Amino acid sequence: MWQENSKVLKIRKKNNDIESANISKEHEEYLQSIKKEKMFIKIAQILFLIIFFSLWQYAAVKGLIDTFLTSSPGAIWNLMMKFIIDGSLFNHLYVSTMETIAGFLLGTTIGILVAVLLWWSEKAAKIFEPYLVILNSLPKTALAPIMILWAGTGFTGIVVTAASISVVVTTMTMYTGFKSVENDKIVLLKTFGANKHQILKSVIIPANLPLIVSVIKVNIGLSWIGVIVGEFLVSKAGIGYLIVYGSQVFKLDLVMMGVFVLAVVAALMYFFAAWIEKKIIKY
Amino acid sequence: MEYVCELKNISKRFHTINNETKAIGDISFKVEKGEIVSIVGPSGCGKSTVLSLLAGLEKPSGGEVIVNTNNIGFMFQKDQLYEWRNIYKNCILGLEIQHKDTEENRNKVIEMLKNYGLYNFRNYYPRQLSGGMRQKAALARTLAIEPDLLLLDEPFSALDYQTRLSVGNEVGEILRKEKITTVLVTHDVPEAVSISDRVIVFTERPARIKKEYDIIFDCGEERTPMKCRNTTEFGNYFREIWRDLDVAGK
Repeated sequence: MWQENSKVLKIRKKNNDIESANISKEHEEYLQSIKKEKMFIKIAQILFLIIFFSLWQYAAVKGLIDTFLTSSPGAIWNLMMKFIIDGSLFNHLYVSTMETIAGFLLGTTIGILVAVLLWWSEKAAKIFEPYLVILNSLPKTALAPIMILWAGTGFTGIVVTAASISVVVTTMTMYTGFKSVENDKIVLLKTFGANKHQILKSVIIPANLPLIVSVIKVNIGLSWIGVIVGEFLVSKAGIGYLIVYGSQVFKLDLVMMGVFVLAVVAALMYFFAAWIEKKIIKY
Repeated sequence: MEYVCELKNISKRFHTINNETKAIGDISFKVEKGEIVSIVGPSGCGKSTVLSLLAGLEKPSGGEVIVNTNNIGFMFQKDQLYEWRNIYKNCILGLEIQHKDTEENRNKVIEMLKNYGLYNFRNYYPRQLSGGMRQKAALARTLAIEPDLLLLDEPFSALDYQTRLSVGNEVGEILRKEKITTVLVTHDVPEAVSISDRVIVFTERPARIKKEYDIIFDCGEERTPMKCRNTTEFGNYFREIWRDLDVAGK
C-alpha cells in the first residue's frame, strides 16, 4: 500500500513536469480524487490507532478489564518514560538492535554466498538439495539452544541464533532465483564469450536484485525473531530480556512496553529497507 | 573466395532420458564473407540448432563446423535486453564483456544509436520502449562488437506485422550497407527472400538441404528489402520456396 501510493505520487510528479501548463479539467479532478482518497486512508489509519488506545485506556480506567493481565496504555507510557529518563531503554534497545543487525548481516551474507556456490557447481546443488530442504522445513528456533551452547551465552550466541533462522531460507530462495534467470539472457552473454564469473556479475546478480531486496526485508523480521528467542533463553539485557523478565514477575506493563518498542523498531528497519529498495531499483 | 564459416556433413541428435531425437540429418553449406544467407524450413526442423552449432553453443554429433572467427553476434527472437540496464548500457554490454569498452567504441555505439533513431532514448529502460525499438537496440548491442559473423534467430517474429516489415527493412539495409556476413533463420519466406543473397530450404526433421536459391534482384543501384518486395522476381521466388516447404500438402 505504502509503495503503491508513492508510485502514484511519482507518476503525478512526472505528468506535472511534462504538461503542467495545459492540464485538462478532467485530469485535474482525477488527480484531486486520488489525493483525496490517499488523505482519507491516512486519516482512517491514524484514527484507528487513536480509537484502539482510547478504548483500551477507557476500559482500564473504568475497571472493565483486569489491568493485571492487560496493562493499560497510560501505565505503559509512564513506564516507558521512566525507562527513557534513566536511560535503560536505550541500553536494551541498543543491545537488541546490534544483535539483530549482526545476525541479519551474517545470515543474509552467508545465505547468498552459499546460493552463489550452489549456482556455480550444479553438482553440489544436486547433492545438497535434500539436506537443504530438511533444514529449511525444520523449525529453526529448535536449534537455538544448540547454537547458544556452541557459540556462547552472550552477544555471539544470540547473533548466531538470529543468523541461523534466516540463512537456509535465504540460500533456498536465492538459489531458486539464480536458476530461474531466462536461459537466453545467459546464452547472450556466452555468445559474447563471457566466462562464468562475468555471467554471475553481469546477469545472475543484477537480474536477482529485486529478489535480494525482498529477501533482505524478510530477513530483518526473521533476525528479530532469532534475537528475541535468543534473549528469552539467555541474556542480561535487550528487549527480549525485558519481555521475559516482565512476564516472570507478572509485570504486564513491562511486557507490553517491550512489545511496543519492538514493533516500532522493526517497522523503522523495514521502512529503511524499503527506502533502500527505491534507491537501488530504478527500472 | 573467402569463407567465414562452413558446415561439413553435420548431424545432430538430442538426448533425453526417454528418447533421442535426430534434429539434423546431413547438412553442408558455406557462407561467403559479406553474404546474407537465410535458412527457411518447416517449424521444428532444426534451423535454430544450426545457429547454435555455428555459435559454438552446441557440439555436432557428426561432421565438422568450421568458423573462421571468434567474434560472433547472436540475435534472438526476443530482444533479451537487460531490464536493469538503460538502452545505452545494454548496447555496450558486449564491449564490457570483451574488455573493448574504449572511448572510441563507445562513440561508435552513440553513432549507431543516432542512426537507428534511438539516441534520444539512450537513458530509457527497455520496458519504456516499443517492441520495434527494443529489437533495434538489440541489433545495436549485437553490432557494437563488430562481429565477423552475425547469427539471427527469427529476430522479427515477436513483432507485430507492421513493425516487422519496417524493422526488417531497416535491418536488411544496415546489413547490406555494412557488408555484414549474416545467417538468418526465419519461417517468414518473404522476409528471407527480400533480405538475403541466398535462401537455403530445409526438409523436415531430421533436416537436410532441400534446395538452395541464389536470390538476384534487378532493382537498380541500391538493393533494399522494400524495393525487392515490389519486383516480379520476388513473387516467383516466393512461390517456388513456398512450394518446397509444402505447407498446404500437410
